[in-house]
Amino acid sequence: MTPLGYYPGCSDHGSGRELGMSVHALARLAGVELKEIEDWNCCGATAAHNLSHDLAVALPYRVLALAEAQGLAEILTPCAACFSRLKGTVVRLARSADLAARMRQVTGLEYRGPLRIINVVEFVNRLLAGGLKDKLAAPLAGLKVATYYGCLLSRGENIIEGDDAENPASMTPAVKAAGAQVVPWNFATECCGGGFSMSFTDAVVDLSEQILADARAAGADCIVTGCPMCHSNLDMRQLTINSRGRGPYDVPVLYLTELVGLAAGLGPKELGLDCHFVDAMRLLSRAEPRPA
Amino acid sequence: MARIGVFICHCGENIARTVDCAAVAAAAAKMPGVVHSADYKYMCSDPGQQMIRQAIAEKKLTGAVVGACSPRMHEPTFRRAAAEAGLNPYLLEMANLREHCSWVHEDRAAATAKAIDLVRVMVEKVKRNRSLYPIRVPIEPTALVVGGGIAGIQAALDIAGGGKKVILVERGPSIGGHMARLSETFPTLDCSQCILTPRMVEAASHPNITLMTYSEVEAVEGFVGNFQVTIRRKAKYVDWSKCTGCGDCWAKCPARKIPSEFDARLGARTAIYRPFPQAVPNKPVIDREHCIMLTKGKCGACAKACQRGAVNFKDQDELVKVKVGAVVLATGFDLWDHSAYGEYGAGKFADVIDGFQFERLASASGPTGGEIRRPSDGQVPRTVVFIQCCGSRDEKVGKAYCSKICCMYTAKHGMLYKHKVHDGRAIVFYMDIRAAGKGYEEFIRRAVEADGVEYVRGRVSRIYRRTDGKLIVRGADTLAGRAVTVEADMVVLADAVVPRSGGEKLAQLFGVGYDTDGFYSEAHPKLRPVETAAAGVFLAGACQSPKDIPDSVAQASAAAAKVLGLFARPELEREPVVARVNENTCVHCRACIQACPYGAVEDHEIRDRKGHLVRTVARVNEGLCQGCGTCVAICRSGCIDLEGFTDEQVFSEIATLE
Amino acid sequence: MSKSAASKLAEHVRRATGVDVAECYQCGKCTAGCPMARWMDVVPSQIMRLVQIGDDEAAARLLSSAAIWVCAGCLTCTQRCPKKLDPAAVIDALRELSYQQGKVPASQRKVLAFHKAFLKVVEKAGRMSEIPLTALYKMTSGDLVSDVTLAPRMLVRGKLPLVPKVVRNRRQMKRIFAACRKGDRL
Repeated sequence: MTPLGYYPGCSDHGSGRELGMSVHALARLAGVELKEIEDWNCCGATAAHNLSHDLAVALPYRVLALAEAQGLAEILTPCAACFSRLKGTVVRLARSADLAARMRQVTGLEYRGPLRIINVVEFVNRLLAGGLKDKLAAPLAGLKVATYYGCLLSRGENIIEGDDAENPASMTPAVKAAGAQVVPWNFATECCGGGFSMSFTDAVVDLSEQILADARAAGADCIVTGCPMCHSNLDMRQLTINSRGRGPYDVPVLYLTELVGLAAGLGPKELGLDCHFVDAMRLLSRAEPRPA
Repeated sequence: MARIGVFICHCGENIARTVDCAAVAAAAAKMPGVVHSADYKYMCSDPGQQMIRQAIAEKKLTGAVVGACSPRMHEPTFRRAAAEAGLNPYLLEMANLREHCSWVHEDRAAATAKAIDLVRVMVEKVKRNRSLYPIRVPIEPTALVVGGGIAGIQAALDIAGGGKKVILVERGPSIGGHMARLSETFPTLDCSQCILTPRMVEAASHPNITLMTYSEVEAVEGFVGNFQVTIRRKAKYVDWSKCTGCGDCWAKCPARKIPSEFDARLGARTAIYRPFPQAVPNKPVIDREHCIMLTKGKCGACAKACQRGAVNFKDQDELVKVKVGAVVLATGFDLWDHSAYGEYGAGKFADVIDGFQFERLASASGPTGGEIRRPSDGQVPRTVVFIQCCGSRDEKVGKAYCSKICCMYTAKHGMLYKHKVHDGRAIVFYMDIRAAGKGYEEFIRRAVEADGVEYVRGRVSRIYRRTDGKLIVRGADTLAGRAVTVEADMVVLADAVVPRSGGEKLAQLFGVGYDTDGFYSEAHPKLRPVETAAAGVFLAGACQSPKDIPDSVAQASAAAAKVLGLFARPELEREPVVARVNENTCVHCRACIQACPYGAVEDHEIRDRKGHLVRTVARVNEGLCQGCGTCVAICRSGCIDLEGFTDEQVFSEIATLE
Repeated sequence: MSKSAASKLAEHVRRATGVDVAECYQCGKCTAGCPMARWMDVVPSQIMRLVQIGDDEAAARLLSSAAIWVCAGCLTCTQRCPKKLDPAAVIDALRELSYQQGKVPASQRKVLAFHKAFLKVVEKAGRMSEIPLTALYKMTSGDLVSDVTLAPRMLVRGKLPLVPKVVRNRRQMKRIFAACRKGDRL
């Protein structure tokens, strides 16, 4: 099998490390080889996008050019923010020959394209369809999950093929395959405040609290997401929200890959479940191995 | 020798802006056969027509070419002028210098050159024209009105009142249309049923009106003055000659949970039913999709209950052929389905309702007896949000056009709600208020100033239902420059007005055009608003564009006037653009007879004086021929020509361009 | 058909984003759905209107507004615009212009400091790392006290890597940043 290109993104080593850990754990289980793009750089995230449109395309362009030179055709980008930058760049380059020419000049690198960029939800759905579904040994029966898509998995060119921007459901099959249940709720696509965690904490606290409140009101045991930015706003910032006298909230926030990993019987530390700010280990008791 | 006159019109600035009209006239003057050439600012005006008449008389013209607008616009005008000067009108042709030239080009020199070509082509054609005479056909003085809403009823009553027969066809079991479902009507707040039901009864009892409810148009043949229309009378399973409308049958029907179309799904009906107590005719039909007897083969409760033995489960659809001289289409509208709006709950929230549902809640005859109670739990909503332009003026998900009636009915809804729930809040989100009717603006101000309906200028981005049942409405107040969140108990969406389902198929049957949204096209947006491109077929009401009751009624009366005008003539004059067979060369292969879509080509026997058959040829019945040219194209011996468009004429037009 | 004369600002926006603001009919749906609207001094529908006007006064108000920096780029406005316009892209273009012209308001210095710190780290190392980013941000924004209690907890969870990962081909990164720099600004 040809290896799948892998773009970890910067949060992979730090604030979002559970995502990378659980992605690798699932890939190992499914027998899929992930080949990290050698010498990849940061996609520029919101910062480049806000200050320099050229840079916002040039940084992902270098990544695409490297990947292409290294013989990769498809790139898994688990971080939803990086995914948005990379896929956006692929789309823009395909649309404008002028832009492509300028980027060749700016970077001194050649990218012909188009590469296919896939996000973490597409990755999980693909593994499930490819046989991982049969390896889910410890279904999370009765676990109520609020699937949270945020902005970067539901809107614009980030939308997952065939999904509905207002009522997305692309995570539902994976949650169901894990034996858990998707609860209907209202904030699946509302913004958490995105990249403002440090620079505009008040907004993140307000917006993320609404999301947590609605998930709780809907009776969810946990929130499942595919974006490290959303994850950090909902998980780490839950402490800030509580420290400001709101709530208190105690809603575990999992990556989709962690949820599926649990259902597959993978160890919690292998999935990074112990790195969360809000205790997620307690969901383990739900993951009972299926009686033989 | 041909003596042709050429007349170039400036059409104000319309043609002259891009075409040098004087240069065209000068070029035309040099064309072979042209003896007179002139240009003028408005050729269609009286002085312009006088120029044509004068030239025909003085220069003894044998043909004329007017270079102006589309012949669809003014060919009749100029041909009439020619006739007045003694020239056969079919010896005048038009070169379209506006739609085909000035309106679609920018380069003046090139447009002028093209205009000269267009004129030359017509000069060559008109030299080969021959005098033609209109075809006269008798008129069947009976009208068909399709659709039994207020527009159809009004048209039928006006035509019947003029002494002509009318067949009124309605798809549903009762006439009355949407108006019968309304509570009160703007801008006077008079009760809809009180003003409508007497007209329904009048239509049903009028000696000149034949009512065919539960019926649909199946097929159409013929043309203006002589249509043959096939009408499918759907099986009612009730013999109305025996039925007294007593109601014993529907009282016993066990299928009781069928959503009532009349009550906009807020109430239920039985399988044998009349849509509402004031229905006309006031007799039931059986809905075969829901009847237990008809679907499962056992039940028959209604038949047992009927003392007159009127229920007949073996009833069949019946096809009836009628002959009519004119048709009025009054098929009305539907509301757009707002489930396309995912951000408004995709149609899944019980308390997010449409305008008709609110009408039924507010109606004394509705499922709540006129009390405003929300569908989910029957509670009286304390805060109601009304959202205008839902699906209208939305190119992304809905329709680009304005639905015209929503501003007014939403103001009425807010008012009715405030009249019934004094301490409740009615909040209207709007983009613009379009209240351009008599008493309309005053009505809006009354809703705001006297009744306290709160108007907020801005669209709504999202509606969601909180676990406590509140509907959270996120809108904007663009005048204050801020986002607004309302906790509502019920939301009423003013869904876009769309043409009634099935309208496109009906239009195709009658040869009527329709726009991309499915609204029927009038013959001219300003000057022929109730006619269609199909002669003898007229429009009334919302099938043509969104309309309120006053506009629908006005258009219906206008359509009726057109029908009566048509019927006032003993016979009809038709354009002589028909096919003609050269009987000397016809080999009677019958290809044309089989190809003619109108059945207008017939076998014709040529006999000698003693009556012996010499041979058989094809002959065109002028009364039936529509001049489509199919037979011309299919004739293997090339012996059929279309009058006014002969091969000789068309080839000469092409040849002159080389 | 020739279009009516658009303002200079509207023309700049059209070239940068493909959005013709003349098509905006001010329905307000963008404002209605904007999660950040309550923190904005000029709400999205007003931003579109001011670009339509586009005179000096409108441009000055827009480019020095907090709103364009408060926008989180969530695309809700773009998703729901009934005219199929892209207000988020318009705001993007304004932000870049505001930064280029040095009009970012004082109230947004934290946001700007964060973006600049982020890019500085990426320029130097090729990748973002939490410790250099936080340190640089705190130095330049003056926001020293917030979140100090979070750091130890992140450290414990392995979310503050002490040795930052870097790109090997730093010359290439340097070249890209140099080529994208306009004047002294990125």
